Amino acid sequence: MSEGETFKATTVTVRGCTVAMLRGGKGEPLLYLHGANGAGRTLPFMEALAERYDVLVPEHPGFGGSDEPDWLDNIHDVAYFYLDFMQSIDLRGVHLVGMSLGGWIALEIAVRDTARLKTLTLAVPAGLRVAGLKTGDPYAWSPQETMRQAFHDPKVAEAAIAALPENVEADDTFLKNRSTFATLGWEPRLHDPHLEKWLHRIDLPTRIVWGADDNFLSADYAAEFAKRIPGSEVTVIPECGHLLHVEKPAEFVSAIDSHIEAQKAEAQKTEAGKAGARKAGVSAS
Amino acid sequence: MKFFYFHLMPYADVDLDAVKAVGTSWVKLPNSNYDPKKGAALYNRYLDEMERAEALGFDGVGVNEHHQTAYGMMPSPIVTASALARRTKRVKIAILGSALPLRSHPLTIAEEHAMIDNITEGRLITGFVRGIGAEYHVFGVDPTESHGRFHEAHELIIRAWTEPGPFEFFGKYYRHRYVNVWPRPYQQPHPPVWIPSQGSQETIDFAAHPDRKYTYLHTFSPTVAVAKYLNMYRERAEEYGYTASTDKLGWAVPIYVGETDAKAMAEAKTHFENFRNIFAKMPIEFLLPPGYTSRESMKRVIAAKQSMFADLTLEAAIEHGMMICGSAATVRDRLVDYQKELRFGNLLTLLQFGTLPADLTAANAERFARDVMPSLREVGEDAVPEAVDA
Repeated sequence: MSEGETFKATTVTVRGCTVAMLRGGKGEPLLYLHGANGAGRTLPFMEALAERYDVLVPEHPGFGGSDEPDWLDNIHDVAYFYLDFMQSIDLRGVHLVGMSLGGWIALEIAVRDTARLKTLTLAVPAGLRVAGLKTGDPYAWSPQETMRQAFHDPKVAEAAIAALPENVEADDTFLKNRSTFATLGWEPRLHDPHLEKWLHRIDLPTRIVWGADDNFLSADYAAEFAKRIPGSEVTVIPECGHLLHVEKPAEFVSAIDSHIEAQKAEAQKTEAGKAGARKAGVSAS
Repeated sequence: MKFFYFHLMPYADVDLDAVKAVGTSWVKLPNSNYDPKKGAALYNRYLDEMERAEALGFDGVGVNEHHQTAYGMMPSPIVTASALARRTKRVKIAILGSALPLRSHPLTIAEEHAMIDNITEGRLITGFVRGIGAEYHVFGVDPTESHGRFHEAHELIIRAWTEPGPFEFFGKYYRHRYVNVWPRPYQQPHPPVWIPSQGSQETIDFAAHPDRKYTYLHTFSPTVAVAKYLNMYRERAEEYGYTASTDKLGWAVPIYVGETDAKAMAEAKTHFENFRNIFAKMPIEFLLPPGYTSRESMKRVIAAKQSMFADLTLEAAIEHGMMICGSAATVRDRLVDYQKELRFGNLLTLLQFGTLPADLTAANAERFARDVMPSLREVGEDAVPEAVDA
């Protein structure tokens, strides 16, 4: 795990399962759940978020430097793990941000328990299957093909390919991440048929962010999620592929920021309204 | 040694250029490339070839299972074995094998194999495999569960064949309130089990275990690999405290017998190279989906990627022992040498491969049966049969 000026490598152990984590910045806690390629490196979007938030980027159980617990069988196990994780380090008022596979985990967390969460940002989340909408099959792609599919700009893709470890298919972390990715998403393919039934339970300010040119999950999925999550809003980033946190980090950070700021303003307005009502002697019940 | 006529039943009429354009005959080659009229003719031709094997004196016929591919038209080896069950009278019918993790209910395999064993009055050889990587893409079975499902399904099937039912079985993957398979197998306690594989320590340990002593069949590999894994089986057996008899070891290899060495080479070349370089080819993402095998095995395969995925000429295949080709005398000599080196007791001959047409396949089988097989019968037979466990 590589740390930088801002981010420090640490570990968290929850009921015998140790996960590696990068943590940096000051402010309200922002828990970022990574996608299938894993985490473990400080990326520019993380640095930007750390200017305003206490950013926590754990590697999911079964990924990177984290343990591979025997109990890890499906996406629900990861969701329950993170509920325990937030409890064990007593995170409260969390801004939860999930990317792709991590977005799906965030959804599975949010339909179960939102008590420790303040806002939800879903970047290109998996988890839902809508007949007729185009999806790619990352399990059938080589690492190089995955990168070519992941970006709108071929130059960004070529740079990402050049940055792959040498002989990436035999890389330990690659093999580990890919195996856990299969455990979580192979069947049913990258969705949970039962999740859709409970999306109405998400009682958080929710922002859905999509790259307009996503080859993994068509940008049409943004509206499908929005239909099912009460009060949620959609931001579509133009000229952007699936890995939007890499291709358009400024736009991604701005989508998260504006969402959190809007929620703060809304909360202040509500508080002010309550105070005004008290002054006027009106019962707030 | 015992001789089996092994067939893959390729869709030999496939448009080879279409396969080359898609890059593989597996999973992604559109099934619009399958012409049912041509396919029907091939099915009947191949079944005729296997039935003929009995008249030619083979000890058995072998069939296998592959899905959504022109490489083999046998998504169900049970269907092929059933078609052969009443058209043959003497030969063993070896299903090599049924892919256990691909079935949502492996008890159906226990039932169907037991039916064939009854219909043939005990001529069934059962084989169990995991299915190759591409098939995990086809069926949406999580490849990281492949080993777990294989072992649990195997336990369920063997218990269903050997323990009085009804009993309960509650595993991680398969749960049955009632296990009570009808019919019971004809052979008691159950049909012989063969394990076809391209080699892994885990598979050898499993097959050689004294509770099982399953026949290990090494398929389509360079002889250095065949030697390594057959030796590994013998060593594991010694460590387990017994000596493995040659009938516990088998080798599957394409063979072509021509009138002369030169004629054999000329007749086999294109068809073998089609088999190896067009029908068998698939991208690594299909061959090795994530978690399908241990990370160390993955790394070994990837390290050998260049040689594994490169095209192979007939000449190079012969040099590596991945093909035996020549006049009857040449093939006989090679087999005697290989048997000395590898010490197998079962030879699974692939006498039709790739696009090899009916006339050449028939001539190949006739020559092999007439001019090669008889003199090799005694080769590789143990002087003293393995003592039966008390």
